[in-house]
Amino acid sequence: MIQLTVNGVARQFDGDPQMPLLWYLRDRLQLTGSKYGCGIGLCGACTVHLNGDATRSCVTPMSGAAGATVVTIEGLSEHGDHKLQKAWEAGNVPQCGYCQSGQIMQAAALLKQKPRPTDHDIDAAMEGNLCRCGTYQRIRQAIKRAAGG
Amino acid sequence: MMQLASDDAERAAAEGESASRVILVSRRGFLGGMFSAGALILCARLLPANAAAPLQASDLEDAAWYPSVYLGIEPNGTVIIVAHRSEMGTGIRTALPMVAADELDADWTRVRIEQALGDPNYGDQNTDGSKSIRDFYEALRIAGASARLMLERAAASRWGVPASQCRAHNHRVLHVTSSRSVGYGELAMPAAQQPLPDKKELRFKAAHELRYVGKAVPIVDLHDICTGKAIYGFDAQMPGMVYAMIARSPVIGGTLKSYDDGETRQVPGVQQTVVIPPAKAPYAFQPLGGVAVIADNTWAAIQGRQKLKVEWEPGENASYDSSAYKQSLYETARRPQKVVRNVGDVDAEFARGGKVQDASYYVPLLSQSPMEPPAAVADYRDGKVVVWAATQNPQAVQDEVASALQIQKQDVICHVTLLGGGFGRKSKPDYVAEAAVLSKAVGKPVKVTWTREDEIQFGYYNAVAAMYLKAAIGAHGKPTAWLQRSVFPPITSTFDANAVYGDPGHLGQGWLDVPFAIPNLRAENGPAKAHVRIGWLRSVANVYHAFAIQSFLDELAAAAGRDRVEYFLDVLGPPRVIDLKTQVTLTGNFNYGKPLEQYPIDTGRLRRVAQVVAERSGWAKHKPSKGHGFGFAAHRSFLSYAAAVVEVEVDAKGGLRIPHVHVALDPGRAIHPERVQAQLEGAVVFGVTLALMGEITAAKGRIQQSNFHDYPIARINEVPSEIHTYIVPSEALPAGVGEPGVPPIAPALCNAVFSATGKRIRDLPIKNTKLV
Repeated sequence: MIQLTVNGVARQFDGDPQMPLLWYLRDRLQLTGSKYGCGIGLCGACTVHLNGDATRSCVTPMSGAAGATVVTIEGLSEHGDHKLQKAWEAGNVPQCGYCQSGQIMQAAALLKQKPRPTDHDIDAAMEGNLCRCGTYQRIRQAIKRAAGG
Repeated sequence: MMQLASDDAERAAAEGESASRVILVSRRGFLGGMFSAGALILCARLLPANAAAPLQASDLEDAAWYPSVYLGIEPNGTVIIVAHRSEMGTGIRTALPMVAADELDADWTRVRIEQALGDPNYGDQNTDGSKSIRDFYEALRIAGASARLMLERAAASRWGVPASQCRAHNHRVLHVTSSRSVGYGELAMPAAQQPLPDKKELRFKAAHELRYVGKAVPIVDLHDICTGKAIYGFDAQMPGMVYAMIARSPVIGGTLKSYDDGETRQVPGVQQTVVIPPAKAPYAFQPLGGVAVIADNTWAAIQGRQKLKVEWEPGENASYDSSAYKQSLYETARRPQKVVRNVGDVDAEFARGGKVQDASYYVPLLSQSPMEPPAAVADYRDGKVVVWAATQNPQAVQDEVASALQIQKQDVICHVTLLGGGFGRKSKPDYVAEAAVLSKAVGKPVKVTWTREDEIQFGYYNAVAAMYLKAAIGAHGKPTAWLQRSVFPPITSTFDANAVYGDPGHLGQGWLDVPFAIPNLRAENGPAKAHVRIGWLRSVANVYHAFAIQSFLDELAAAAGRDRVEYFLDVLGPPRVIDLKTQVTLTGNFNYGKPLEQYPIDTGRLRRVAQVVAERSGWAKHKPSKGHGFGFAAHRSFLSYAAAVVEVEVDAKGGLRIPHVHVALDPGRAIHPERVQAQLEGAVVFGVTLALMGEITAAKGRIQQSNFHDYPIARINEVPSEIHTYIVPSEALPAGVGEPGVPPIAPALCNAVFSATGKRIRDLPIKNTKLV
């Protein structure tokens, strides 16, 4: 039995400990904000916070989430008003929007570590998050906006 | 920026006249309970795409028109606008409703957007070809203006005053000579009793009166997207649903020889396996067939599929090898082929024996690879199917599911979710039919999701293409003769197994419409057999055609030692409309489905975007140096005109960086300029990605790439540091936005690489060439 906390709620999981956290979140908890994009940690669409760190949930087995505190896009802010969510909306960042949960979660972890990131910091933190629509320029601007820059 | 000639605006107005009409809806049933009783409901009806004759009263009764877009006002004042096109990132779910809301003078906060089901009554719903605005802008404008006038007349009738004294404003009708006003909701029922106004009675807003059109209205799904609440095909759920992963033949056309699911059925959560019979050529939108693993959750289905032991009979496409195929395309391109357009006498000019220059170009297969792979959930019950799908074309879903299950089209209810990108992949509903077939087989709702590996290996690829170009060089290095041959397996091969030549629609994508003023010009097309499914990808045949033509022109300019933009403008010639009809030797529409009279090939507009991008990018001031270069390209596609300037830096190790890209677009009237900018930004990234790293190859008929490590998508640190977009103001008819920004990017980038390094890239992607 694996115990973990997801968006502040205590959960128990008794299935395959090798099941990636992503499928637990999506198929069991119906938290579909975290997306599947590649299944091997190359695109970042599945990014969640695991004990505060940006983590690819598609390659994190449930055994690796035992005892962990998991936050998904649905739990990032109570009213959808995290400073990054506000900046994303102010900058009209999304096109199709599919990758944006992962982008926002990755950026949120960045700002926790580096409240005033440089362009280089942003590239380094965000290069694992793909966007096929090509919204990168606005992502960079939104992170800076949220950082107050 | 230059002014558009006024006759364009008049022409636009004249064509708008005949493009659409609004009627009151009589068939309420079709709206499926979207509106409550007492609502005012307007339906715009469209003429068939090519009809340009003025409307006659009798046409209203007789013509086989189909209603397309609906606008309704509820008694509580809520305005409902039906979005019948699919949202895959262009902003269309916002932009088209904005048009109607603006003419209605509705309060946008009281507008609710309803996504339409697939239904032929809406007219075309295939969100493809960059055509949503140009095909439906006028219809929504008329719907909004008609409803506004009916509300004003209803208010006039209530107050017993002339309608001319009543003015609709912000969800209320005001009596201008008193302080009276009444809300739209209260007027909905009496307005519905008003006769439908004649088009001639409608007053459309002047530009300065527009509240939404031309403004940066946030997309309606913005907050849901940013909070993870937006629902895509991958997220759709039905009660009691099971999850399927399908093992498919790695070679297209292969068949199942044998399989052993013993270990699969040991995987906890796996329920059963189901064999889907193989598709037969032409594959069209059929499920490919294979062995499906049905499970309690996605992970169990993935695990179960991995444990399957399957043997395939690969079939005739097992001989397909990309490197041999490339050579065969090149060879075909070097021999005379079918003439698709001819001007003057190219052969006579070459025979004169002057200076000649030639080159061959190559673009590989490409996969759309939207971030969301194909996904759908279907529930078959008693001869009827309900599906939820990320689809660009819900009516094709109805057709394909009906065909696969031998049921009636109207018994397929297709709900359209948001699409996590489409880029053409989700115009093909094979994956939806898979879900429907499996649901019937297992008697439960089934969700089919494709992994990234599935998406890359079982796609409908943008055609691999080889092009050969040859020019006779005259005074000032200008071509006096121009020969171009393209060879590519056509998209039509997906629907006709014997098709090997390009069809007019795709040869019209930047090939036979080459816009240069060259006295002798011939375009040819050679045959190529497809060994994979060929399909649409953002900007389609323009990708390879623009690459070849705009690269070759740069080569000629380089040989002549001339400035690239100045040379382009010189070869393009004076502003004019090209009379293609007398020069093209094919029958069929080669102008994106539109008459040339309505959307001519206007070189003046191409000239203008080239001038704008050159001026705004500071082209004249740029001084290329070793390792630092600038490239230019311009191209008309989807009836819009685009030009790009790309700056590159190549370091001593051959590492490439793109500091700036400038792109200018004349899309005609821009309805949502902020989303047009977004589409251009995205088009630059899409173009840079395919140019730098896009390549799908096959060996023994099997696709060799499988995920983002070997079919990469440009990352934030690889894309241009700054993208500058310019929308050239235009009052011409609205034209394409989603795709036209893509074609000039690859050639402009490669031309910039040449400027920086002297290396000419003739084979894409760039990653296959050492730059230093």
